[in-house]
Parts: sequence; C-alpha cells; structure tokens
Amino acid sequence: MNPIAQYPFEISVEKVLKSSMVADPLTLLDCSPLTDGAAAIILAREDIAKKYTDTPVYLTGSGQASDTLALHDRSSLTGVLAAKIASEKAYKMAGVTAKDIPVAEVHDCFSIAELMAIEDIGFVSKGEGGKFVQDGQTKIGGKVAVNTSGGLKACGHPVGATGIKQAAEIVIQLRGDAGKRQVDGAEIGLTHNVGGSGATCVVNIFRR
Amino acid sequence: MHKTSVPGVWRRFKNRYQIVGTQCETCKTNFYPPRELCPKCRRGGKISEKKFAGLGKIVTYTRVHAAPAGYEKQVPYAVAIVQLEEGPMLTTQIVDYNTDELKIGQSVRATFRKMYEDGDEGIIHYGTKFTPIRES
Ligand SMILES: [Zn+2]
Repeated sequence: MNPIAQYPFEISVEKVLKSSMVADPLTLLDCSPLTDGAAAIILAREDIAKKYTDTPVYLTGSGQASDTLALHDRSSLTGVLAAKIASEKAYKMAGVTAKDIPVAEVHDCFSIAELMAIEDIGFVSKGEGGKFVQDGQTKIGGKVAVNTSGGLKACGHPVGATGIKQAAEIVIQLRGDAGKRQVDGAEIGLTHNVGGSGATCVVNIFRR
Repeated sequence: MHKTSVPGVWRRFKNRYQIVGTQCETCKTNFYPPRELCPKCRRGGKISEKKFAGLGKIVTYTRVHAAPAGYEKQVPYAVAIVQLEEGPMLTTQIVDYNTDELKIGQSVRATFRKMYEDGDEGIIHYGTKFTPIRES
C-alpha cells in the first residue's frame, strides 16, 4: 500500500515461515531488512510554521527513557521498560491516553518487537498483543492502525532515518494524504522508536 | 628480559576466563561482569571480589543460524541468558547439548572453551561457555 516501501508487495505467512532461519524462531522475513533511505521533517514554532503551510501538524507530546544495554540486566525479557516509561511521559504531555490513538508507527525491527511495542505503549495489556494483531485490530479499520507505512520490515529500516520516517508517515496520515492506506479521520498519531534493542526509546504524539 | 605475550595479558583479566565478579557487601547484591559501584547503595556500598561457582539455569535461549563475522563455522549455535545461582544473569553460548536439554530452566555449568579465531593465522580467543548438567 506504500508505493515507496522497500517491499511494496504482500508477503504471506507461509513465505515468512519458509524463509531461512536467522535466530530460532525468527526467520529472515521476521527481521527488518538492510535499507538505504532518507527522511526529512521541518520543525518550527507554530507562528513560523503557519507562514509556510496551511496544514501544520503539531508535536503535542514527547517522551524518552533508557534502560541497560545488556538484555540480561533488564527487569523483563517480554517487554521494553523504556518504551513503557517513554509512552507514559508522552501521553501525559499530550493529555491523551493510549485509547485516543487511531494510527501509530512502531519499531517492528523483528516480528516480536511489534507485539511487545503495542503492549508496552498500552494499546493492549501484556500478553494480548498477538491476539490483537490476529483479530485484525491493528489493520486500517481496526482499533488502531499500526505501521501503515509498512513499518521497519516492509517499508525498510535505514537505521538513522527510521524515526523521522515514522514521523513523516504520521504527518501524511494526519493531513489525509495517505491515499489507499489512509486512516479515515485520524486526528492524533503516535510514533515509537527504539535503539539498542530497547536500551533507549522515544515516543512522540502528533495532532493535526 | 621479561616479555609479555598477548594471551598472557588477557589471562590477567580474571572475569574473562573465570566467573569472577564483585559483591556489594552492604546489600549483598552480586555483579557479573564486575561492577566497581553498587547502583543501589552508590557511595554507601562496599565492593569486594566474588568468585561464582559457575552453576546456573537457562532463562531464555535461541539457536543462531545467521552468524556474525568470526562465528560462521559454529552455526547453528545456541545462545542463552543464564542466571547464576548467586543471582547475576549473563549471555553465553550453550555447548555439548542434546536438543531436549536446550530449554528454559535447564541446569547448566560453566566450561572453558574456544570462542572465535581472528582468521586462520590470528589469535584464538578463549572464554566461558555453559553446558547442561546431566544427572548420572
Ligand atoms: Zn549495594
């Protein structure tokens, strides 16, 4: 649905399961690809932004948190604590809750990472992520559309550009410019970006 | 005249070849790799050396099929997070296992092994891996 994605085509579950094993049980297609890519956004104060565009998108909440780099020093292996804390800070600053978000870009560097992300940022409770996705609740038309850009796995993961690309996708959605992948009436959007396997996480909330 | 060899220098790093870490005597928390400062007690912590028994349990694991440089010859190999009896957790390879022994909760012990080589003529790096403990 995203014409500028690295893999702009459908990939079946069967194809993912049959692709070569990388680290048990993650196969090649469970992992984000190596990508060349670039992304840009223009940040400005409201009064300045309005001189250049009639459709500014506002950054209303931003949260960052960090954790140990070593996985074996973390308090949990089934979630990213930094993501939980960063999202709580961002929701608080924006004055919204997870229930208010209709569209989000999350850091799905691996299949499991998307499930942990939607749990960490509060779209579902811990352990419910898999069922939520399976029930179609993260599709366009579901409770919250997740990774309409294709995410890291389909759109691509040009590491340094990924976070900005997520913000760009949310801006496109909030302006109603997303074409076939448009989430109807989206007024608020969220980005969740992770570094160092969860050692750091930034969550941003945007509003049109 | 005394000459130092590269392996000789490495051997002096106790925590690389044996499981030697530290303990905060104030709150009794054990650290591996060793910490010089207790994150809980800060300045109130008194740090001393602690040798661990090298016994623990598998907390989680995977089998790596696509290896980073230097590990290609070993695929597929098992990597696990192991919790030592004394508390600290570490990431390690599991070796000499039967498929049914690669599981969460499996008891394991430390063993001294070759880690990787710097090409055919480079140094062979050694270190600690873990292997299942079998009841006999
Ligand atoms: Zn202490």
